[in-house]
Amino acid sequence: MRLSDRLFIFIAVCLALLMLTFVDAAVRVRLAEPALEARAALVRRLELTDLSLFTEARYTRHLSQSDMHTAFQDHPNSFDHFPSGSLVLPPSHLRMP
Amino acid sequence: MKTLILRQKYLIDFTLSSLKRRLTKNLGLLLVYTLIVFLLASVMLFTHSLRREAGIILESSPEVILQRLVAGRHDLMPAEYLDRIGRIRGVTRKAGRLWGYFYDPAVQANYTLMVPRDRELGPQEVVIGAGIARTRGVDVGDFLTFRSSDGRAFSFRVVDILNADSELVNADLLLVSEGTYRDFFGIPTDRFTDIVLQVRNPSEVRKVAEKLTVLLPDARPILREEILRTYDSIFSWRQGIVFVLLGGSILAFVIFAWDKASGLSAEEKREIGILKAIGWETSDVIRMKFWEGSIVSLTAFLLGFILAYLHVFYGQAALFEPVLKGWAVLYPSFNPVPFVDGLQVATLFFFTVFPYTVATIIPIWRASITDPDAVMR
Repeated sequence: MRLSDRLFIFIAVCLALLMLTFVDAAVRVRLAEPALEARAALVRRLELTDLSLFTEARYTRHLSQSDMHTAFQDHPNSFDHFPSGSLVLPPSHLRMP
Repeated sequence: MKTLILRQKYLIDFTLSSLKRRLTKNLGLLLVYTLIVFLLASVMLFTHSLRREAGIILESSPEVILQRLVAGRHDLMPAEYLDRIGRIRGVTRKAGRLWGYFYDPAVQANYTLMVPRDRELGPQEVVIGAGIARTRGVDVGDFLTFRSSDGRAFSFRVVDILNADSELVNADLLLVSEGTYRDFFGIPTDRFTDIVLQVRNPSEVRKVAEKLTVLLPDARPILREEILRTYDSIFSWRQGIVFVLLGGSILAFVIFAWDKASGLSAEEKREIGILKAIGWETSDVIRMKFWEGSIVSLTAFLLGFILAYLHVFYGQAALFEPVLKGWAVLYPSFNPVPFVDGLQVATLFFFTVFPYTVATIIPIWRASITDPDAVMR
């Protein structure tokens, strides 16, 4: 088999797999709808406000509830020392030029 | 048409043979290229999926939350504030929430203690999140003992475990009765953590917030739209130190690829000289190099994206876990829902495939328009 034919087959397989990821995504999003609804219902029932993604500090656990997150929060000149703090943006007014 | 296709196939055959001659070098390039696409695509897929999911589930969070601030810090809310709020037009419901944090020295993890208003719990009963159940190794019927703020030991019987499917929001939750909560933390009955308000008309929420600020100057209203905005910006693509670090590796790759693509080796120059000497046209040489650039970049894109998809949506984004987990002991076990944004994929395709292909063509064009004899020398 010619090298170009082998390449075409390889690219075709990869493209098919790429398309499959989109199909898979669409199917799994549809299948996840009840779970998403259950999560939303839990949020509604318990009146939750945040994702429990960063549980290491109170101001990373409840990002939307922390008092103007977050540097110098614990005492003056106290730099944010929790790793997830580096993933979180500063408040928007501090980002303005 | 058939001639054109055949011609391109011959060119691709030749290009592939040429790539095979420098197999190790080209495989190395493909590997690094694929890895870069994999990392970029993983970050993109993961953050987009989390952002969408956060947007969907937090759409059900309270419309307005009222916090009391004392000296710039969150303080307990007096119950009489509920009366002071009175009957603001548009507010259909107002209630005090009780929640707080508890550090468990046994596993060195932070829990969120809450009082649910949708179920009645006994004084010694507790409902826990699936994350806590996993970390503490407890099940329904087991007991958990914690030491309260005044040093007393409280034993709780686990009566239920929150759905493991919703760990993204409940991993660290510990639900107890109101009486137990107040006793455990020593919070008087006339205090709440904050107040939640339900507003009938969404367009009135801002007006209600303004009225609240005037009525209670020491309180800060947090609107649902602000919560959603917070999560939208957190997961914005280019933020944070991970992306800065990733930026360094991308830059290293750009230099590497540019050097590989634009700086022709003596061997490649000789090859072009020979091709021109045996009758190849400049356009053929450029086409050949175009195919080379396209094959490498397209293969890297396809492999990188497919691997990233598997990593994020079938491998629970395992590579990102240490970054997201930070120093936290409790980390939710969750499979991100595969929300894939076609526009983002197209952008990734454009920025990974296009520059490399162009970078390979320009130096070849320069070399191929010069005299074959001069190139070979």
